[in-house]
Amino acid sequence: MSLTQDGLQFTADRDLLIDLHRRMVRIRLFEEAAGRLMESGAMPGFLHLYVGQEAVAAGVMSTLRDSDQITSTHRGHGHAVAKGANFRQMFAELYGKSTGYCHGRGGSMHINDLEIGMLGANGIVGGGIPIAVGAAFASVYRQDGGVAAAFFGDGGSNIGSFHEAANMAAVLNLPVLLVCENNGYAEFTAQADHMKIKDVADRAAGYGIPGVIVDGMDAVAVHQTTLAAVERARAGEGPTLIEAKTYRFYDHQGVKGLRIPYRSQDEVDIWKARDPITMLERRAIDEGLMQQAECTAMWETTHAEVADAIAFAEASPEPDAADLLQDVYTS
Amino acid sequence: MSTQTSDLQATATAIETPPQRQLTYVKAFNEGVAQMMRTDPDVFLVGEDVAGYGGVFHMFDGLKNEFGARRVVDTPISEAAIIGLGVGAAARGLRPICDLMFMDFLGVCMDQVVNQAAKMKYMYGGTVSVPLTITTAGGAGVGASAQHSQSLEAWLAHVPGLKVAMPSDAYDAKGLIVAAIRDDNPTIVVLNKLLLGAKSHVPEELYAIPFGQAKIVRPGRDVTVVAIGRMVTEARAAAELLAAEGIEVEVVDPRTVQPLDTATIVESARRTNRVLVVHEAVTFGGIGAEIAAQIQDEAFDYLDAPVLRVGAPFSPVPFSPVLEKAYVPDAQRILAGCRRLLERG
Repeated sequence: MSLTQDGLQFTADRDLLIDLHRRMVRIRLFEEAAGRLMESGAMPGFLHLYVGQEAVAAGVMSTLRDSDQITSTHRGHGHAVAKGANFRQMFAELYGKSTGYCHGRGGSMHINDLEIGMLGANGIVGGGIPIAVGAAFASVYRQDGGVAAAFFGDGGSNIGSFHEAANMAAVLNLPVLLVCENNGYAEFTAQADHMKIKDVADRAAGYGIPGVIVDGMDAVAVHQTTLAAVERARAGEGPTLIEAKTYRFYDHQGVKGLRIPYRSQDEVDIWKARDPITMLERRAIDEGLMQQAECTAMWETTHAEVADAIAFAEASPEPDAADLLQDVYTS
Repeated sequence: MSTQTSDLQATATAIETPPQRQLTYVKAFNEGVAQMMRTDPDVFLVGEDVAGYGGVFHMFDGLKNEFGARRVVDTPISEAAIIGLGVGAAARGLRPICDLMFMDFLGVCMDQVVNQAAKMKYMYGGTVSVPLTITTAGGAGVGASAQHSQSLEAWLAHVPGLKVAMPSDAYDAKGLIVAAIRDDNPTIVVLNKLLLGAKSHVPEELYAIPFGQAKIVRPGRDVTVVAIGRMVTEARAAAELLAAEGIEVEVVDPRTVQPLDTATIVESARRTNRVLVVHEAVTFGGIGAEIAAQIQDEAFDYLDAPVLRVGAPFSPVPFSPVLEKAYVPDAQRILAGCRRLLERG
């Protein structure tokens, strides 16, 4: 396998595996720390954790340039981290501090940074999908060669904005990746109870665009599948719907969630046995492409970076209530 | 003098001293959009039938021919995706104009307007601006019934982050759409369907009417009528009728309901001591309630009577011409409102 693309050069398997590993470890450790801090009461608000789904964000983001835009979801930390957001500003935002990405105005569900193509997480299910279509429209309008990716879940694929956006992107032939992270649940409702089809990718046929299914626990597979869609989009061949079958290790909200037994422990265990990071490490080491020590070092340096970011966030000043009305409008 | 000679003389006079150029409301609006598209290559237009058909009320006639399919884009009937496309493109620095045909269709894209466009600037910590313009048409009186006739400006004015313009004549239709397109915030320009053919003086050059600056359409000393959108026309008619009785009505047109020029309204209220607020929207919870409250906050001691409101009754817009006529506020109801105010104190 030799993977080369604009912006990110993966001339060898090893480079790609290191890249995917790094993105996934960063997401995992960010999320586990965030979950602990929120549930201990140290951090305000509530969180939708991305743990378990890391291979999707890592695989997709490893195909994109900084200038390519993504729109994310309520479960958006993983997308932000994988797109290159920095831990300090992210934790500061989760703490509601003035040094956060949104200066404490947005919180967990509104991390954004246009510089790295993070056009925003979104508290409304499906809300970001048409916005990604607009970002892609802007790329075509300016002929900058950019693509836009919209992330949403199996639940999000039931809302009107998905269907309108998919059709719009198709009919205007825009460079859009519609990335469905099918984790099997719309909040607490199983897929079989919220749609009559097994594969969300089938919906692509309704819009005359390709729909592809990929193992969402295999970051390399997600990377390869997405790369083909990105190349298609950049070549002016329009959008692709990518369905990544994945799983949410924690609850809809938080780590412990509401403790409602809506899915069986057996099911959780089966999916956890396919932990995307463990699978990638095993493969990389087995194939002799990475050393165990390298993997361990990544976890350790990331732990340290998380600790630094939390310390930064905790030491950061609260927003000034006198600035409450700032930025309601652009003046 | 024969008719023919008279016509020739009239033509000659016109050439020597051109009269003020008169344009219809819809043509003035169209000119504003076209001039902005000529001025700023980042301005583009998307919506249903805006390109080939020129817009449901022909407000975009000729734009496809002049600016091409790249900048004037027909879309599927997908209001959420139309506005969402605008939000995404605007966040990336373009200046989209998204047409929503009828104001009632806000109902199918409200998430993009209220939760996305309006809030991006604030919830993303000031890092993103959304210079999006939404154009739409509101108002009753054309037999379009309940789902194509509403005046929903109060919905929009209630949401921090949005700006809402309600042009009441051709001059304002051009000046307000230009200001809206130049604005770095999401703006909604609400045209009125019954005003589309109304003519007034419209300068040829590009001009903008600043948002949040009311216009005293007609000065008067006895009663202030704050009128929104097409109700300015009705208020002027009522003022003419009352002028014949020696009652001088001041008509104030806020032009934009968000931001609202409270200062001009309050200043007028302090001079006339009596205020009637008029809009086509249902009275309950309408923008008139806000205006009345603000007047009472800032001019209570100057009032000789409570601030009164004239609006539509609390029902959907009916279809039958008889019922619709009974529904929509008009000059007679404004006149009656003024009399009630004058009877006090």
